[in-house]
Amino acid sequence: MIKSLEELQKIKETQLEAIRLREADQKAKIVVGMGTCGIAAGAREVMSAILDELGKRRLTNVAVTQTGCIGLCAQEPLVDVILPGKPRVTYGKVDANKARQIVAQHIVNGIVISEWVVNRGEE
Amino acid sequence: MEELALHILDLLENALAAGARHILITIVEDEDRDQVTIEVQDDGRGMGPETLQKVLDPFYTTRTTRKVGLGLPLLQATAAQCGGKVALESRPGQGTRVAVTMKLSHPDLPPLGDMGATIATALSREEPVELVYYHRRGQKEFKFSSAWLQLHLGEVPLNCGPVLDWVQRYINKGLAELFGGEGK
Repeated sequence: MIKSLEELQKIKETQLEAIRLREADQKAKIVVGMGTCGIAAGAREVMSAILDELGKRRLTNVAVTQTGCIGLCAQEPLVDVILPGKPRVTYGKVDANKARQIVAQHIVNGIVISEWVVNRGEE
Repeated sequence: MEELALHILDLLENALAAGARHILITIVEDEDRDQVTIEVQDDGRGMGPETLQKVLDPFYTTRTTRKVGLGLPLLQATAAQCGGKVALESRPGQGTRVAVTMKLSHPDLPPLGDMGATIATALSREEPVELVYYHRRGQKEFKFSSAWLQLHLGEVPLNCGPVLDWVQRYINKGLAELFGGEGK
């Protein structure tokens, strides 16, 4: 447990550094659909993969949140990516593997993976 | 649902949707009485008796995005297949308590599953929530409190990847110790 706390302390220091460096509103956001439909379709594993990927890459400038059912149950698990100043992009039928690629391609490199997109927000 | 932890996540989502600021999850595994009890208590907006009567009906939901509400009916189905039952208590303006009791040795009892991922998922939100998870197994116990974590983190928000990834691993490690290294 002591080791865990040391690790937590390190995460805190990295995060604080990131907070000092960035503007509060310039934060990317990932939203995972977590209604019963999403959970049954594997949304928690998707969330778990995203957290793991963000943790490994030490990506501290990304807010991770969730939402309830938005009525696209057949496309669950759904993941929204919102980059600062860009419209919302919704990915459908995401699994853990796709989730990791979304972090690598969309969040890190800013490239939308068009073939998995089910909806795009207004420009 | 293939894991108890997924049912619990669904209950947590209900609590969060009800505007809960505090959530208490209690799991007690009692081998002597051959019983496992899972309880989720929140201080959300609660329900009146009329609504409470309907929530186990799959064709009742408060959602407007779809016409069925399967969360609690699925939990009830799992409880029923494991010789158990679901108890609901709720008061408008005060909160809701869902307690499910099942037979610990029942062959159809789903595995506990990934509680770390369940708790990390519930904490991945912008609106703050204080969540306590207490798990007792025989004489051993494990406790996690998001308020304790927030105290450690100071101004750092909980809902970022590295922190929640840590939460997930921390909880699963704590539970592995509870289970004496025999896995979850």
